[in-house]
Amino acid sequence: MARLTGFLVMLVVASSLGVVASQHHARKLYAAVEREQQRSRQLEVEWGQLQLEQSTWAAHARIEKLAREKLAMRPPLPGQIIAIEERP
Amino acid sequence: MTKAKKGVTFNHNPLLRSELPAWRPRFVLLCLLGGSLALVGRAAYLQGVNDQFLQAKGESRYARVLEVPATRGKITDRQGDVLAVSSPVKSIWAIPEDARLNPGQVRQLAGLLEMPVQEINQKLSVDKDFVFLKRQVSPELAERIAALKLPGIHDQREYRRFYPGGDVMAHVVGFTGVDDKGQEGIELAFEAALAGKPGSRRVVKDRRGNVVEDVQSIRLPQDGREVALAIDNKIQYLAHAALKQAMTDHKAKAGGVVVIDAKSGEILALANAPTYNPNNRVKLTGDQLRNRALTDTYEPGSTMKPFTAALALEKGKVTANTIINCAPGRMTIGSATISDAHPHGALSVTQVIQKSSNIGAAKMALSFPPETMWKMFDDLGFGSPLKLGFPGEVGGRLRPAKNWRPIEQATMSYGHGMSVNLMQMANAYQVFARDGDIVPLSLSRVDTPPVHGTRVFSPQTAREVRQMLETVVQPGGTAQLANVPGYRVGGKTGTSMKLVGGHYANRYVASFVGIAPISDPRLIVAVMIDEPSNGKRYGGEVAAPVFAQVTGGALRTLGVAPDAPLKPLQVARGAAAPVREAM
Repeated sequence: MARLTGFLVMLVVASSLGVVASQHHARKLYAAVEREQQRSRQLEVEWGQLQLEQSTWAAHARIEKLAREKLAMRPPLPGQIIAIEERP
Repeated sequence: MTKAKKGVTFNHNPLLRSELPAWRPRFVLLCLLGGSLALVGRAAYLQGVNDQFLQAKGESRYARVLEVPATRGKITDRQGDVLAVSSPVKSIWAIPEDARLNPGQVRQLAGLLEMPVQEINQKLSVDKDFVFLKRQVSPELAERIAALKLPGIHDQREYRRFYPGGDVMAHVVGFTGVDDKGQEGIELAFEAALAGKPGSRRVVKDRRGNVVEDVQSIRLPQDGREVALAIDNKIQYLAHAALKQAMTDHKAKAGGVVVIDAKSGEILALANAPTYNPNNRVKLTGDQLRNRALTDTYEPGSTMKPFTAALALEKGKVTANTIINCAPGRMTIGSATISDAHPHGALSVTQVIQKSSNIGAAKMALSFPPETMWKMFDDLGFGSPLKLGFPGEVGGRLRPAKNWRPIEQATMSYGHGMSVNLMQMANAYQVFARDGDIVPLSLSRVDTPPVHGTRVFSPQTAREVRQMLETVVQPGGTAQLANVPGYRVGGKTGTSMKLVGGHYANRYVASFVGIAPISDPRLIVAVMIDEPSNGKRYGGEVAAPVFAQVTGGALRTLGVAPDAPLKPLQVARGAAAPVREAM
């Protein structure tokens, strides 16, 4: 009888230690998830900022100015344009 | 009792021998029993039946509800180029009572915030619990301020909207207020879709305030949807640049350009002048803010004539070659006299359009009852707003047919005595670009274009009027400057005087509405220039060149094959390098 009790007590202790350990593990994992989510939000924000930057650099007014002034480009004369028709 | 005899028997102590009645110990026992039963009952009640209360109390020691912010959706053009995006910024606020700063600290803070010291002192001396020192500063700056560890100075996270399109897109996209809610344009029109819904979740926090466990998501945050507009960045820029140029050349007061894809009803460009920079709205006036193409009406003038001609053709009153006598350039109806700007003799219906004869249009209009004409105008979308969902859209003026006098019917045939906005005009020209029907216009990108619209004219009529419109830009027409090399285009000029205080004043609205290419129309371009005052004032001189510039660029951008190709100057057969067009 006493032996059985002892055995059961041991089981209870082992199981409660297991609960504590898995709880700790779960919390650590959760912290990791949290960090990654934070990072994903951060990247999202950065993506928006990069898109913004790209749009600013690629603004048509800027491109046209650069093309005309720096590269001395000009729109082709109508006669210089050759249209190529695509036939499937 | 046997045991008691062996041990110390206190109850034999005569001092302790009680003379209590037998019911008293039993009563006490009963009381104790009852008490403990009540406790057990209460415990069972709290644990089993009414367990919510204590659980909630316990949870409140460690559980917190966190707000999960949602971001506002982006606005992009049809290719996905960003037109409006939210980026986090910080707002610096203070609790004046807590903010006991020494002069050195205030100077430091003023330096970082780029504000005068007095202003900060003034803000900190008000009798409030909360005051914003500066809103929407960069996160880096906020960090430097937080590093100063000033008492009573805090920051809060906010979003600021950025508009890389600047003044080119201003009227279409609009802007949001400091609270990240739409105030103008698409930002307001699509507020419901763009605005995110912040969510909240319940978490367990440890002693140090770290989140250790996610208990439940009460509400998932819903980020705002991304809105893809029908606007094409390139075509919009073309329209904006051409309009700006025309505004300066003709010293005009205002102007607008609308470009529509005739195949899908998408609005590819919507430019207005004067415009503004949505990123810096300090010196903004109401005049700059107006999206004239949608919120302002004008008398369309002769751009209305093709509809009159189309109705006459449709009802079988005339054919394209029917001769109408327009001599001597004046006509009296009732007590009023109408006239042509340049007197003409006998003109065919095609020539009435080509040379823009008021008399010719009036004579055609007077051949049918007012109701027929009113119904056509109504079918074309005049007189009521287009319902694009854009804030402040107007419908223009179209009086009920039963009140029309013959003179009014005559003047309406050439676009006077009624008013429209530029978008309605472009919308109505769909009947000529689309073989007689109209599809609803759309500000947002349309992925499956409607095949059939609402039919107004027969395809036959639409094609005949299209031929007439082409003659307008040919030699002998009123808008030879509207020609686009390489493409067949057509359209109609309009020049109308402005009503000022109930009288026609010596101010004009020059307009041109055209379609291209004629062989298979893809684009409808409407141009309106308000009060050109540099000598030129006719639609053919002022608005037609803008049309040519925008249409030419837009057709090439969209890769529409030229239907009137010019011979290439030099044929580069071997080196078949594609000739790229510059912006």
